[in-house]
Amino acid sequence: MSYFFETLVSGLFAGVMYSLVAIGFVLIYKASGVFNFAQGAMLLFAALTFVTLIEKGMPFALAFIVTSLVMVAMAILIEWLVLRPLRNRDPLTLFMATLGLSYVIEGFAQLLMGMDVHMLDLGIPDVAVQVGGIYVSQFDIIASLIALTLVATLAIAFNKTRMGISLRAVASDTLAAQSIGIRLPVIWRIVWSVAGIVALVAGLVWGSRQGVQYSLSLVTLKALPVLIIGGFSSIPGAIAGGLLVGATEALADIYVGPLVNGSVSTWFAYILAVGFLLVRPAGLFGDREIERV
Amino acid sequence: MTTLQESAPTKPLRQPAFGVGTLAIVAGLIAAFAVPAIADDYWLSSIIIPTVIMGLAGIGLNLLMGYTGLVSIGSAAFMSIGAFSTYNLLLRAPFLPLPVVLIIAGLIAAIAGVIFGLPSLRIKGFYLGASTLGAQFLFEWLFTNFSWFSNDSQSLTISAPRLQILDYDLQSATGRYYLVIATTVLLIALAFAIVKSRVGREWMAIRDMDVAASVIGIRVARRKLLSFGISSFFLGIAGALWAFGYLGTADAHAFNLDKSFQILFIVIIGGVATIFGNFLGAAFIVLTPILLDRLSLIIDLSFLGDQGALANLQHIIFGTIIIVLLIKEPDGLSSLGRRGVEALRSRARSSN
Repeated sequence: MSYFFETLVSGLFAGVMYSLVAIGFVLIYKASGVFNFAQGAMLLFAALTFVTLIEKGMPFALAFIVTSLVMVAMAILIEWLVLRPLRNRDPLTLFMATLGLSYVIEGFAQLLMGMDVHMLDLGIPDVAVQVGGIYVSQFDIIASLIALTLVATLAIAFNKTRMGISLRAVASDTLAAQSIGIRLPVIWRIVWSVAGIVALVAGLVWGSRQGVQYSLSLVTLKALPVLIIGGFSSIPGAIAGGLLVGATEALADIYVGPLVNGSVSTWFAYILAVGFLLVRPAGLFGDREIERV
Repeated sequence: MTTLQESAPTKPLRQPAFGVGTLAIVAGLIAAFAVPAIADDYWLSSIIIPTVIMGLAGIGLNLLMGYTGLVSIGSAAFMSIGAFSTYNLLLRAPFLPLPVVLIIAGLIAAIAGVIFGLPSLRIKGFYLGASTLGAQFLFEWLFTNFSWFSNDSQSLTISAPRLQILDYDLQSATGRYYLVIATTVLLIALAFAIVKSRVGREWMAIRDMDVAASVIGIRVARRKLLSFGISSFFLGIAGALWAFGYLGTADAHAFNLDKSFQILFIVIIGGVATIFGNFLGAAFIVLTPILLDRLSLIIDLSFLGDQGALANLQHIIFGTIIIVLLIKEPDGLSSLGRRGVEALRSRARSSN
């Protein structure tokens, strides 16, 4: 039984990491209705930039700040070159554009910083500690704390600052928000910047686990089922969805995997998400307005 | 995209025995079948065959995405079903002739398409992406983890046991070209027939406004599933051709997510809701890497680093073109061509 719980717990922690990625999607989806496929590429770009700066001998804090600034610059460029010319187009076109964008960002990331696997050491030991009778990785605990801090910061920023309130106004009614003088391009730039910094944090956590390499950008494909289960427009939903996906995936791998010749983690989450779509199309916490036929 | 046919123009007095359209089709067919006489094996095997097959796959996705308005980011999964079905049918039912095998393989892919299209009855837009993305990963996993599908081969690869029609061997580049072009021509005709039929018009009605479509009595659910089925039928046959007409030997990873994206790009580049546009998109996808390779031989690109850098450069160019096309030419290359033709025509008319 303790084996079951250990699997469950490690699955939940993996889920936290999924949520971390999914939050970046939710931010952009809320503000601009775009499913940003390039979030994965942004994650790769941020992590690669950070690791390159560290390898050049830059101290941790400075590298973090510089990378954040790079992500802000990228957000401004994206808004200017991609989003502005495509405003008022249907969500599908925007989705395709972010698909193209992900190719561009990935290409640049690897062209400028190479395709090698970079090891990233955040100084957090990945050792097992015993908590309440089961073994848990210390790294997982700290990663969850980082995620928690990030979510708390975002929640405060959204609910207490003027900027956050305008952002929520845009999310709830774009036209009304514009009519009271909220400038949409500014909001987009801010949201994409924040999503870029979230991508940086997620990239660091994932990167120190797997090494910073191309496959990081694929992590974000898992965000799609997480978002579907949690609801596209809800940060608590992203977390709940992430936990659910992480836990069920880990359990399915252990208990279903051996019955069908090996790991099922490549596809399990998607099938779970499809099941969810059929039963509860808006996700656990999403708006009811999701398109249903 | 869905401009209604212009009302029939008043016919000129001297009406030729058959229309210009028929003439163009006949000329196109003759040209298509004369290609091996002009092109050498390299052109056939490395450029023309893959372009035609990817164009066919583009038609498959375009029927679903362009005409019915349903997104799929798992097209390669249905291609792999077609490829693996063809392999197993040729292997386990050797009495079946190749054309029959291809049709059955297409039908198997169609059934899978209908199953993964079921969520489309309740959801729209890119939420549907989850279902097709699920298909993408599920089938790649299935064909990698169950070696029965590749006849227990160690490398999990499949290669065609025989490629022949009526004892005519199709293994040579020319033979494979004829197999590919004949299949494609038939499927293009089928695609046109479907698009121009009642079914095609109902698909477009669903795409443009599903509520209105159901109000005027279109059975939306059935039509959507049919669209998934027919789309996957095309993709399945394209997959079989890709595996045996082009690659020769394939494994499940030949049909990975990247392939699905390529097909998506073909549709965007070539033009949504077109048939011939897909071949423009496919030519673009096939030729760009080759041209970049050639370019790197002429210009010294070594400052960029190794061979991988070229692949990255290719990604950047692809991505940029996608974005530019979406901004400037949302209807794709084919609309660019169509406008060019119309401009010429109107010039010809005004000079008369």
